[in-house]
Amino acid sequence: MAGIPHDHYEPKSGFEKWLHTRLPVVSLVYDTLMIPTPKNLNWMWIWGIVLAFCLGLQIVTGIVLVMHYTPHVDMAFASVEHIMRDVNGGHMLRYLHANGASLFFFAVYLHIFRGLYYGSYKAPREVTWIVGMLIYLAMMATGFMGYVLPWGQMSFWGATVITGLFGAIPGIGPSIQEWLLGGPAVDNATLNRFFSLHYLLPFVIAALVAVHIWAFHTTGNNNPTGVEVRRGSKEEAAKDTLPFWPYYVIKDLFALAVVLVIFFAVVGFMPNFLGHPDNYIEANALATPAHIVPEWYFLPFYAILRAFTADVWVVQLVHFVSFGIIDAKFFGVLAMFGAIAVMALVPWLDTSSVRSGKYRPKFKGWFWLLAFDFVVLMWVGAMPTDGIYPYISLLGATYWFAYFLIILPLLGVLEKPLPQPATIEEDFKAHYPGAAE
Amino acid sequence: MFRKIAISAASALVLSTGAGFANEGGHIEDIGFSFEGPFGKFDEHQLQRGLQVYTEVCAACHGLKFVPIRTLSDEGGPAIPADQVRAYAKQFTVVDKETGQEREALPSDNFPANTSAGAPDLSLMAKARAAFHGPYGLGINQLFRGIGGPEYIHAILTDFTGETKDEAGSTFYENHAFSTGWIKMPPPLTEGQVTYADGTPATVDQMAKDVAAFLMWTAEPHMMARKQSGFIGVIFLIVLSSLLYLTNKRLWAGVKGKKSA
Repeated sequence: MAGIPHDHYEPKSGFEKWLHTRLPVVSLVYDTLMIPTPKNLNWMWIWGIVLAFCLGLQIVTGIVLVMHYTPHVDMAFASVEHIMRDVNGGHMLRYLHANGASLFFFAVYLHIFRGLYYGSYKAPREVTWIVGMLIYLAMMATGFMGYVLPWGQMSFWGATVITGLFGAIPGIGPSIQEWLLGGPAVDNATLNRFFSLHYLLPFVIAALVAVHIWAFHTTGNNNPTGVEVRRGSKEEAAKDTLPFWPYYVIKDLFALAVVLVIFFAVVGFMPNFLGHPDNYIEANALATPAHIVPEWYFLPFYAILRAFTADVWVVQLVHFVSFGIIDAKFFGVLAMFGAIAVMALVPWLDTSSVRSGKYRPKFKGWFWLLAFDFVVLMWVGAMPTDGIYPYISLLGATYWFAYFLIILPLLGVLEKPLPQPATIEEDFKAHYPGAAE
Repeated sequence: MFRKIAISAASALVLSTGAGFANEGGHIEDIGFSFEGPFGKFDEHQLQRGLQVYTEVCAACHGLKFVPIRTLSDEGGPAIPADQVRAYAKQFTVVDKETGQEREALPSDNFPANTSAGAPDLSLMAKARAAFHGPYGLGINQLFRGIGGPEYIHAILTDFTGETKDEAGSTFYENHAFSTGWIKMPPPLTEGQVTYADGTPATVDQMAKDVAAFLMWTAEPHMMARKQSGFIGVIFLIVLSSLLYLTNKRLWAGVKGKKSA
């Protein structure tokens, strides 16, 4: 593998040499596990392992759940109850799977915000970032379709609302919506294709994860200082790094175990904490729930979707300029996807040459405001659309765009960064004066 | 005074919701059910009394179509002996899937669906309603108090005011726990309506509590097994975390050196 110089696998025995010339699989595993990793990584670098665990958990529990689930509008809800009541350990499987999705998103948000703070998206790691964003999109599609499968009221009406977003596209929208649903409304065809795709996409995610890992193993990990590992020689690199095994494997496993303590407490003692009571009512096309709320992990973007109503002047302006093609509904859809798009484009929007937020005094404040904004949007996304809430949504959505499109490009020019340590070794020694040479 | 606090609490719930939304009805009184909290357990005597209320009162209009009758003898549930469950099943009539003929129910059948009066199925009712979302709409209180589904059922059964109105050919009964304030169900419980075998006085409040507990069990029959799994998971993982913590500390000690600063 290219990148940081380190010792590679050398086949020794006859068999190893025989295999290595035919399939260098041992070499691949060795180099992946022994990859030199910056020795100053902090606790925010553990979420990758949590995410890998989540993907594994979801695939394993999901495959077993499929053995007992029936994707048909007349039987789906009952088959989930069959899992909850009759299948051995079925209630645990289902609650692990449902809450596993939440852990997955919780971890991915911390992982993304870690990247945003420490500038992990900056050159040469843009591809890692873009692949990560693709993983995030695939996760959202998978999570959304998975929530439809139990065929409760929120499943049905959530599917109706979200596919309705595509119907807002001018001209071709209604055709796209019908194509997605497999008919004029959410029905058996919808449930079947969502089931099929919900099973397919996790494997797409697994492949993308492999590419994600390949990409950052090529560039090397970022680290809290944002300073690159020295690559002049193997000895020099060794002063800045430690092999992934055993140092980070053990550290990450420890962190994972602590996270899982919380996770098992939620699954065991309050498994419906993040669910919605309405989803224990079987889907009914004739009864609309009082409030249709998406899962918590979609709420920030749902809030942005709802923020741009017809009485916002920007929406009116765009409506006028586009000769009425872009109405408030379509504007909202564009804003929601745009909010994710600007995040994906952050490697090219951030003009600062300094990678880590640690050495960017002005950036810090704006970053934490963005994190706060994200939480506020998540909260307001669950609120009704009257009173003060639409204004909060609008304010939150505006800041989200302003951060990526105005503040980050300007900060690179206006900000005077603090001095950075020359090497990772220097930074590490500043923390641990007794560190060995 | 209490009512005032209750109303402001209820409106606070409507305003602040995280994981879900409050039912927009009136105040739902919290009840300290035995099955709440991580250590909570179903009281099998209460479940048996609740089953009796369901069978003698609710079953006239409401079904439990997702609940297999045999599960009445499950541990962690009403734990009724298998032979009694067999005798109990006989009072229901079901359509045999293979012959298409009506016959007496067996323990292997589910409770029959009952849609005759347009009443909702009760299998999952205790999980399909929420009364509490606090603190601050975060919903964390359900760790100790549940989300208030059984409390909602109890409130619906006890909060009738006695007022009625006729609308569109139906009679509605005023009920403060119900979202619109008027419910189609007539007050189902009256003092002493059932006779409990264990001698518990059959007050309306007692019957409502018992049937609410029973319906929590029908909604979540493996609750006790789940909590046990939770404890095993949590304890195992705490031990594992401790061992990994020590391993990690020892492993990194050589790299970090002595902590002098």
